[in-house]
Amino acid sequence: MKTESTIQPTSQAALEITDLGVAYESTWVLDHINLTIQQGEFIGIIGPNGAGKSTLLKTVAGLIRPTHGEIHFPTAQGRRHPVGYVPQRFDLDPDLPLRACDLVGLGLDGHRWGFAWPNSQRRRKIEEALAQVDLAGFADHPAGKLSGGQLQRVLIAQALVSDPELLLLDEPLSSLDLASAQTVVDVVHRVSQELSMTVLLVTHDMNPLLSVMDRIIYVVNGQAVIGTVDQVVQKDVLDKLYGYDVEVLRLRGRILVVGDETASGDAAGFDHR
Amino acid sequence: MAWYQYIWAPGIWGNPAVHTAWTAGTLVALASGAVGVFVVMRGQSFTGHALGDVGTTGAAGAFLAGIGALWGFLAAGAVTGGAVEWLGRRVRERDIATGVVMAFMLGLAALFLYLVSIYTNASNAPMTILFGSLFTVSPSLQPALVALSVAALAILALIYRPLLFSTATPEVARSRGIRVRLVGLAFMLALVIAAEEAALAVGAILSTALLIGPAATAARAARRPATAVLLGAGLAVGNIWLGILLAYDSYWWPPVHTGWPVSFFVTLLSLLMYGVGGLLQRGRRMRALPVPQEGGQ
Repeated sequence: MKTESTIQPTSQAALEITDLGVAYESTWVLDHINLTIQQGEFIGIIGPNGAGKSTLLKTVAGLIRPTHGEIHFPTAQGRRHPVGYVPQRFDLDPDLPLRACDLVGLGLDGHRWGFAWPNSQRRRKIEEALAQVDLAGFADHPAGKLSGGQLQRVLIAQALVSDPELLLLDEPLSSLDLASAQTVVDVVHRVSQELSMTVLLVTHDMNPLLSVMDRIIYVVNGQAVIGTVDQVVQKDVLDKLYGYDVEVLRLRGRILVVGDETASGDAAGFDHR
Repeated sequence: MAWYQYIWAPGIWGNPAVHTAWTAGTLVALASGAVGVFVVMRGQSFTGHALGDVGTTGAAGAFLAGIGALWGFLAAGAVTGGAVEWLGRRVRERDIATGVVMAFMLGLAALFLYLVSIYTNASNAPMTILFGSLFTVSPSLQPALVALSVAALAILALIYRPLLFSTATPEVARSRGIRVRLVGLAFMLALVIAAEEAALAVGAILSTALLIGPAATAARAARRPATAVLLGAGLAVGNIWLGILLAYDSYWWPPVHTGWPVSFFVTLLSLLMYGVGGLLQRGRRMRALPVPQEGGQ
């Protein structure tokens, strides 16, 4: 089922997943996943709710231990934590004594003991990372008073400042208004181009990302298919993945996957806007 | 008597009980105020409060066994802190685990205090344990209090960045290789020390006044985490000093010449500082925060 990449064959693999399986209490959330991601690719991880998208991302991030299979980062050269992980949206207390630069600074040296004594080099790195996400003037802004889209971008800066091999984003667009979501997409796309950063982004709606994704990983019921949008989002491919009849509609540059709810019970409980 | 002598009463500095209370109070406040800021940031106020409460059990047990109350406080805190960490491994379970463990520990306290009333004639022991007695803290405890406060502050200083990382963005911290659970456990140790020291100083059920009040005020007022920690410690120390001063002055107040409990003043000041801080905060929020312009360099 795997199809060849649009990326030139000369480029190096940044991520190799071999026969990955993740089980929670004897239920397989992911099973027999085999994927190779090239360096610099922008990958969307797409699928219905509960399909295993976030589990796949968290396993790559090292947050979930695989039940079997292997995950390799060939470009990381033995670096122990080579990914920059941006978690799903969460709310910070508006009165928290924490500024945007504190969050980004933790990405830089939060794993070290003791205090971070202020120095100009550290401050410069933090401000550069914030500028990369279009938040140059926000270093001293209270983190709890950032908008949802701004906090998302600060967390992207927090990931970027550690100079990761891969950038992993878990549902970065959920519960954002359209304009904020577009800004986040633009920022991630620009970063991936400028730094030739490999990006894995989980989303339940592929439409805002159609113009920026190199390939997609379509996850349903713990199974995954990788390829370009045109290769994967096809009726015959998705029918096999879902295990029942779905319709793929292309309307005015948007893609809708319509499932047959009656035949499938709650398995079709996905939502594409 | 000059007017200021109503506040700075003559002879206060020469009073050995005040001296001891001042030293012990300062040591306790430094640890409680600093640790408390992270308690507030991590949403562990309930755990902090419960740790103080269960100190009752330990102190009553220590009284029965004829050992110092401080060791009883610490033992109960260590048992409870360990049980809460073990049972409440998920954030959602933590409050429930804390509540269940606390209820049992307080049940034990009821039993111990009953036994104290049966087998001893120390009628004021329950009062002292529950509501504190900073003026009766034995000077011989000072080396222990120094060691405990230094230990709590040293733990906080050592794990400062991983703790802040685990507190702000726990999943990101874990993806960067930080052992969030272990950091949480180390913090729990510092919290047990701070909470039980506060329980000794101002009473088991009033320890929150020292652990949470100044820290919450500081966390709300400060913008940087380090400033919040320093301010929390500073406010807690100020609270204890002013509390001691007022308690000493209250000797001349009605109804009789006995002096009001220092714990009363500490809790009052804690409430006042939190309230006034809230009002100032609201005033600051009315003046709109300047929002920087978005954009790159």
